[in-house]
Amino acid sequence: MLGYAGKFLEADLSTENTKDVEFSEEVLRQYIGGRGLAAKILWDRLGRHWETIDPLGPENLLLLLTGPLTGFVPGGRLCVSGKSPQSNGIVGSTVGGEFAIDLRCAGYDGIIFAGRAEKPVYLFIKDSDVQIKDASHIWGKDSKETLRVLVREGRKELGSRYPGRGVWKEPSAVYVGPAGENAVRVSVVAAKWAHAAGYGGYGAVMGSKNLKAVVAKGTGPFPEVADQEKVVQLIDKILEINFKSTVFRRWGTGFAGYDTGARQSSEPVRNWQEEWHDEKSFGADQFEKFWVKKYWADFGCPTSCLKVAVVKSGPLKGAITDNPDYENQAYLGPNLGLFKPEENIYLTALIDDLGLCGIQAGNVLGFAAELYQRGILAREDLDGVELQWGNVRAFATLAEMVAERRGIGNVLAEGTYRAAVKLSELKGVDVLPYAVVSKGIGIGAHGMRSGEDYPEYESYICSVQGGDHTSIARLPIDHGDSEFRAMLYDSGVFCWFNFFDDEAKELLWDFIEAVTGWQVTPEDWFNATARRILHIQRATLLLGGPDLKWTPKVHDDIPSRWYEPLGKGPFKGKAAYREKLEEARKEYWEAVGWDQNGIPTSDELGRLGLENVDKRMQELRENSSQT
Amino acid sequence: MSELEHVWIARDYTKCSGCRRCEIVCSLSHEGKIWPEASRVRVFMLVPGIEVPHLCAQCHDYPCVDVCPTDALSVSKETEAVLVDKEKCIACGDCIDACPGKVPFIHPAEDYAVICDLCGGEPKCVEACRAGGWNALEILEREESHTFKLYARTPEELTRDTIVQLYGEEWKEEV
Repeated sequence: MLGYAGKFLEADLSTENTKDVEFSEEVLRQYIGGRGLAAKILWDRLGRHWETIDPLGPENLLLLLTGPLTGFVPGGRLCVSGKSPQSNGIVGSTVGGEFAIDLRCAGYDGIIFAGRAEKPVYLFIKDSDVQIKDASHIWGKDSKETLRVLVREGRKELGSRYPGRGVWKEPSAVYVGPAGENAVRVSVVAAKWAHAAGYGGYGAVMGSKNLKAVVAKGTGPFPEVADQEKVVQLIDKILEINFKSTVFRRWGTGFAGYDTGARQSSEPVRNWQEEWHDEKSFGADQFEKFWVKKYWADFGCPTSCLKVAVVKSGPLKGAITDNPDYENQAYLGPNLGLFKPEENIYLTALIDDLGLCGIQAGNVLGFAAELYQRGILAREDLDGVELQWGNVRAFATLAEMVAERRGIGNVLAEGTYRAAVKLSELKGVDVLPYAVVSKGIGIGAHGMRSGEDYPEYESYICSVQGGDHTSIARLPIDHGDSEFRAMLYDSGVFCWFNFFDDEAKELLWDFIEAVTGWQVTPEDWFNATARRILHIQRATLLLGGPDLKWTPKVHDDIPSRWYEPLGKGPFKGKAAYREKLEEARKEYWEAVGWDQNGIPTSDELGRLGLENVDKRMQELRENSSQT
Repeated sequence: MSELEHVWIARDYTKCSGCRRCEIVCSLSHEGKIWPEASRVRVFMLVPGIEVPHLCAQCHDYPCVDVCPTDALSVSKETEAVLVDKEKCIACGDCIDACPGKVPFIHPAEDYAVICDLCGGEPKCVEACRAGGWNALEILEREESHTFKLYARTPEELTRDTIVQLYGEEWKEEV
């Protein structure tokens, strides 16, 4: 099939068997790859008893999927999925880096992991040669040490197995840090030190399978395409458009750690108690002083929004990470009352090293600090840590406790929502109002109270990926920021950052055709293909898991915090209102074919050929009519 | 670019973004498809953030050409680049051993050595790098000099130098 490497690898870690699997043209055409194909695979294999599957049990699947556009469209990514230990639904979580490129050049469009290895292992792929290898020597190692060992071992092995071919380039890798190994729900599948698939918590799934890393070297060419000349033309056009981008090229999203607070009043400050700050110490100009590389990019990307930051002197010397990007700036900066770039760089680098998610860990650390501020958590509860806002060492210690599941860290490792439920029980105080989450997923660092940022009422609460700021619900469904667009990027699989421009967005339909030969019109996408993916994701979210289930009328709701008025800044007094929320929610449910209880309708599912999803939804419809 | 009599590709590793646009355009031009492992310029990333574009430096004394047992390697009169005759090459690897930077490598699908041919004097990799404003690769006039050979160094050596420059002395053992 044009645009595809042509096969997928399935590895059963329990039996250590690997085999090649293929999907029909019909399936690939309907679900493309990445997030879409993940929805299809997970539903087909686990949908019948979805609610009984423990995301951290061997029965879950871990999917690493590329798409037909990966590597062709500038800025390729890898989509990581499975049943999410955060939402109990399906999240298509993507990570940058060259692993997806190596995988496709090795002849694979993706990998399906099943089961659980008896001992720590990693998978090594050299073209069609696949080995499951012992990982006991890197189990427990942090991200930087893990990658160092994998690169050294990988190159040594390539050199000795294929001698006389010259110096081998490094193989690419995705891996988990200690947090993933310990099945911490706010852990990531990481690459290149500072790249991470965070939303969904798939580091915990990978760790629960005793899978430390996947390493790949592919020596083949990219897959054949339908119209090579057209592909090259489209690449050049997308480059041309993005070379004109000034802010994102110059500062990445790192201009926003100051700007989003100061200008838009939509940045989390001290666990969202505020969304405004005017701390010029946190300005892009102050971060620039730490950048040793002003343009850092993944394969084929014109924007190079990444920057390499190094702290070269002072007590935090030695910390290295990218920018940090806006999300890490916000969540590991103002959200914790930290306003110094070197502290933010240090904490971000530590989060990378531990294999935690900057957003999710930043969310739960901020939540804990607010409980400390309110006297609900005391020093004794925190093993002596004095968790005042702005105490960078205290937050670093707590992050380590979370990654190691030590003391209170074991509770916080469950993520903000589950920790809030547990702590409410333990403390006899309802602490859920301090949890800024949607469907168990900490909300990205873009608030909606001021009305100045891109999210709206429906954005997080109706999203099938919960708090994920890269996949928000917006109307009309073909809105530039809509989840329906995100599904295209995540199924493609490539980075949305080269597609902010409307002209670039429109090139994608031609791009799909030039690569695959398939005509996918916007009409097909918005009315059929994307809807199938959306409904499967929604269905799994509603079926839930053994520990948590979501009821749309209760949980399709913004965090309580956002009903509180903003207390400071130019948008002081602005808040969210329940009537408006209910209106927005109703409008969204209707627009995407969900009924008055937020469940996909039978007509809609039937129209799309999702009868087996409809069958499972019928059970929910009956339950909600009874209550 | 073509106004220069002979071009040489200057490289600044601290500026390489790691976007690998050079690998994409090189393989498109030489292989007719995107093929990173067959690109004449290869970006090594032995440590994240330390990206090293690795390509022929056209040494003044051409040790690779000298050592070739089948006369598969020659120097282009036009560009002074090393040219590989695929038909004559037996993939013995002698040119790799002779190169102070271990720059040549055997093509991933066929048995012949791969070496940068400067695209006949208008290197595509440099165009791609300049188009993005990264300028890790730039064109210089190639003159009579022993300096160019100094740039024929292994990816490990280049990574070590660059890492000390960017991350600091304490990282020199990393590779």
